[in-house]
Amino acid sequence: MEVGKRNNKQREEELDFASIPKNSGFKETFFRLCRNKAAVAGMVFLVLLILISVFADVLFDYQTTCVDQTISQRLQWPSAEHWFGTDEFGRDLLARVVHGSRISLSIGVAAVAFGLLVGGILGAVAGFFGGMVDNVIMRACDVFLAVPMMLMAIVIVAALGASITNLVVALAISSVPTFARIVRSAVLGVRDMEYVEAARAVGVKTGRTIARYILPNCMGPIIVQTTLRIAATISNTAALSFLGLGVKPPQPEWGALLSSGREFIRDSAYLACIPGVCIMLTILALNLLGDGLRDALDPRLK
Amino acid sequence: MERKETGYALEIKNLSVEFRTRERTVYAVNGLDLKIKKGQTLGLVGETGAGKTTTALAILNLVQTPPGVITSGSIHLNGECVLQAAPDAAKTGPKHKKQRLQKGMNERELQSMRGRAASMIFQDPMTSLNPVLTVERQIAEVLEKHEGLKKDQALARVREMLELVGIPGDRGREYPHQFSGGMKQRVVIAMALICNPELLIADEPTTALDVTIQAQVLDMMQKLKRQNGTSMLMITHDLGIVAEVCDCVSVIYAGRIVEHGTLEDVFDHTLHPYTAGLFNSLPSMEDRRTRLRPIPGLMPDPSRRAPGCAFADRCEYAAERCFKEPPGTVCRTGEHMVACHLYNRDNIGKEVLRHG
Amino acid sequence: MLRYIGKRILYMIPVLLGVTLLVFFIMHLAPGNVAAMILGENATAEQIAELEHEMGLDRPLLAQYAAYLGGLLRGDLGTSYTSGESVTAKIMACFPYTVRLALVAAVVSVLLALPLGILAAVKQNTWVDNVSMVISLIGVSMPIFWLAVMLILLFSLKLGWFPVYGAKSWNSIVLPAISLGFMNMASIARTTRSSMVETLRQDYIRTAYAKGLSKGAIVIRHAFRNGMLPTITVIGLEIGQMLGGAVLTETVFAWPGVGRMMIQAINGRDTPTVMGCIVLLTVCFSFVNLIVDLLYGVVDPRVRTMYR
Repeated sequence: MEVGKRNNKQREEELDFASIPKNSGFKETFFRLCRNKAAVAGMVFLVLLILISVFADVLFDYQTTCVDQTISQRLQWPSAEHWFGTDEFGRDLLARVVHGSRISLSIGVAAVAFGLLVGGILGAVAGFFGGMVDNVIMRACDVFLAVPMMLMAIVIVAALGASITNLVVALAISSVPTFARIVRSAVLGVRDMEYVEAARAVGVKTGRTIARYILPNCMGPIIVQTTLRIAATISNTAALSFLGLGVKPPQPEWGALLSSGREFIRDSAYLACIPGVCIMLTILALNLLGDGLRDALDPRLK
Repeated sequence: MERKETGYALEIKNLSVEFRTRERTVYAVNGLDLKIKKGQTLGLVGETGAGKTTTALAILNLVQTPPGVITSGSIHLNGECVLQAAPDAAKTGPKHKKQRLQKGMNERELQSMRGRAASMIFQDPMTSLNPVLTVERQIAEVLEKHEGLKKDQALARVREMLELVGIPGDRGREYPHQFSGGMKQRVVIAMALICNPELLIADEPTTALDVTIQAQVLDMMQKLKRQNGTSMLMITHDLGIVAEVCDCVSVIYAGRIVEHGTLEDVFDHTLHPYTAGLFNSLPSMEDRRTRLRPIPGLMPDPSRRAPGCAFADRCEYAAERCFKEPPGTVCRTGEHMVACHLYNRDNIGKEVLRHG
Repeated sequence: MLRYIGKRILYMIPVLLGVTLLVFFIMHLAPGNVAAMILGENATAEQIAELEHEMGLDRPLLAQYAAYLGGLLRGDLGTSYTSGESVTAKIMACFPYTVRLALVAAVVSVLLALPLGILAAVKQNTWVDNVSMVISLIGVSMPIFWLAVMLILLFSLKLGWFPVYGAKSWNSIVLPAISLGFMNMASIARTTRSSMVETLRQDYIRTAYAKGLSKGAIVIRHAFRNGMLPTITVIGLEIGQMLGGAVLTETVFAWPGVGRMMIQAINGRDTPTVMGCIVLLTVCFSFVNLIVDLLYGVVDPRVRTMYR
């Protein structure tokens, strides 16, 4: 047993992994998920959100509602005309929030996808080859995990500048160790099994072996973690933008909206309230979905 | 609490326990009768899933609620009523939190009874003990609770008890994971017997142990039992253990007692086809060339209640009547009874079952 | 036991070194010329080169790192680019504030979360359980900085009970601690509940009931210690997250701690200060994890015997 980090998060994830069966049918899992009303609510919200962000341009023209300033209409409380009110430049807040959803979702998904890809490959390599390779990769993961997630992202963005690419990379990096651990556990669990040896004996290439045998084994925890990491990433994106280190104005990212809304909190509190509620609801929906998935995949609750 | 003086340590009458969930209902125990005379050991024999553990838990009123519902019956321990189901108990819904009882012990009385008047030993010693408490702590708790002893007095008694079960007294300060399976089970037995209960319920106490350890543990249980005059309910699927340890036997099938009698009655004058089947499926030392004769089929799905005899579709003697009507009980002697359509008052003394 | 502690500390050191290396290289990948920035727009190329040499910025990166590391081990974190003071001095002035905030937030959140989680588990599926879990779920989903802003809105601006920012009066710590600790509390409550529910399902709990113990005794003496094991892990993780969250809280409340200093340093491109803050916070995080590991050994005798 490796002395050290294994006692913390790794233990938790290994427990997570161990409790999820190898081949729970996709359909069956979906039906079980649907019995959980909270998870369904989360799913519905997310689907709506995705639709809204995809069709953002159709709903609200970016130029007229997000960039053009109409000073005469500034700082108006929510009304029939402007459902979320207007900001200090007269821009409709609802339109800005809708466009902001696009930013948050795309960064969240991109960062986690990237993290999953890199982490998955690293974990598979570490588990498969073992020995020195495994050691090096796991120690590197330990180093990244030793810095609190937020701080690591801050450092990277602070050093390299706040472009969206850098933001995505910075946030992806915090997801890499988690996914690496999951995939590595899966690989270690399967590596010594006979059918893998048989496959290799017959000449199936290493890459193929990994893909075909390892992947189905860790689908469950990966799906759960993906959902939860997207939530964490969206939260961090907002936090970074709030600090002025992420997406900068005039881009309507929710965290940035909150930050600029702070100035007017005395009289126009809605400017700070509403973007925050949006962030919260999105993260809540993702958490509900993630929890629901975890329960649906847990064999003991069947 | 009224206490009738009977000669019985345990009396269960017409017990029925169901497990009701949203999806289905499991009929675990169906009209079960059980009696144990004071100082005797009764073996409750049956396959897995026959309802043995549920019966045992019901005696201590530990059936998990929800989803467990006691739909009928009564249980008396040394003449005191542990529980008696209300007439409308069958109407309990799936979200109920308490049993519907006409009368019975309240929570305080139950706590006082468990561990003192009646104790239970569970099947798997590996998981029965709390891993973060020392062994002597776990045994001492029982004394502290029931006899109000202080810590030091309790520990002294605990050490004595450990020696009695064959564990060196100062090992009491160790944790469960530092003991082997057999020793863990001895600890469990020590815990159960330390307050000298009148009834000991042993739920397959040796199933998880090696055969040699099994013999030791059973010996020890016997010795303690004789010393204190404890009555015992030995739940097992192993006829060998029954032969060694029990005075009387009850055979349980699908939540019902199908045959009951003294050891001699059941072993030498087997009546019920199921009991005969159990004996027949044992490999024979003398005749090593004959093939084993297991009972064909499996125990019926407990979520379905057959209208007739539950054993009918596995029974080689089954007649049409067996599928339609549940059998009543017929007695051969004062103690020996059977629930089977094969028997009536006329042929009960004769040999009905085919041998060989 | 001592061997175990020694081993863990020994293991921590290369990890921390790795962190310093990593952060050092990332920070120095930043574009822009430090010397030029310090001297301002009118600096000549010569002046810039001279300052660079003075500051050691013209040496190879690894050499610079070695020098930094040497200083670090002596307790010298370099000099601030913006104010010229010793970084160590700057940070040490702010550190007590962060410690105070984190400690109060952590203690209060754990003290609230544990009973909440245990109660929810014991009264599973009743209204107590449902309400507390809903609150926890919302708490886990709420962005720290938004909670902070909302608290200010309600309690400082509208009700005037607490100061809006700063650390001057005795009650300035209340709002920051709540916003920092709420998410913490929610997460711990959830984990406590689920691990207690799991624990209460175990066989030895059934044994305890069969011994005639009361429900209270069972929960406190038997279930609690077992249920705490996963919770301790989460408490450690959460405190770590809190160190990151402190940055946000301190910014919103203008709390003079390390986090706020770090953001100011970032905006001022003051690399040594940023590095100093990160190193300090990382060391704290690692120590918290170490303590959590040791606590695990205290609570779970199985771990103890493994390392005897």
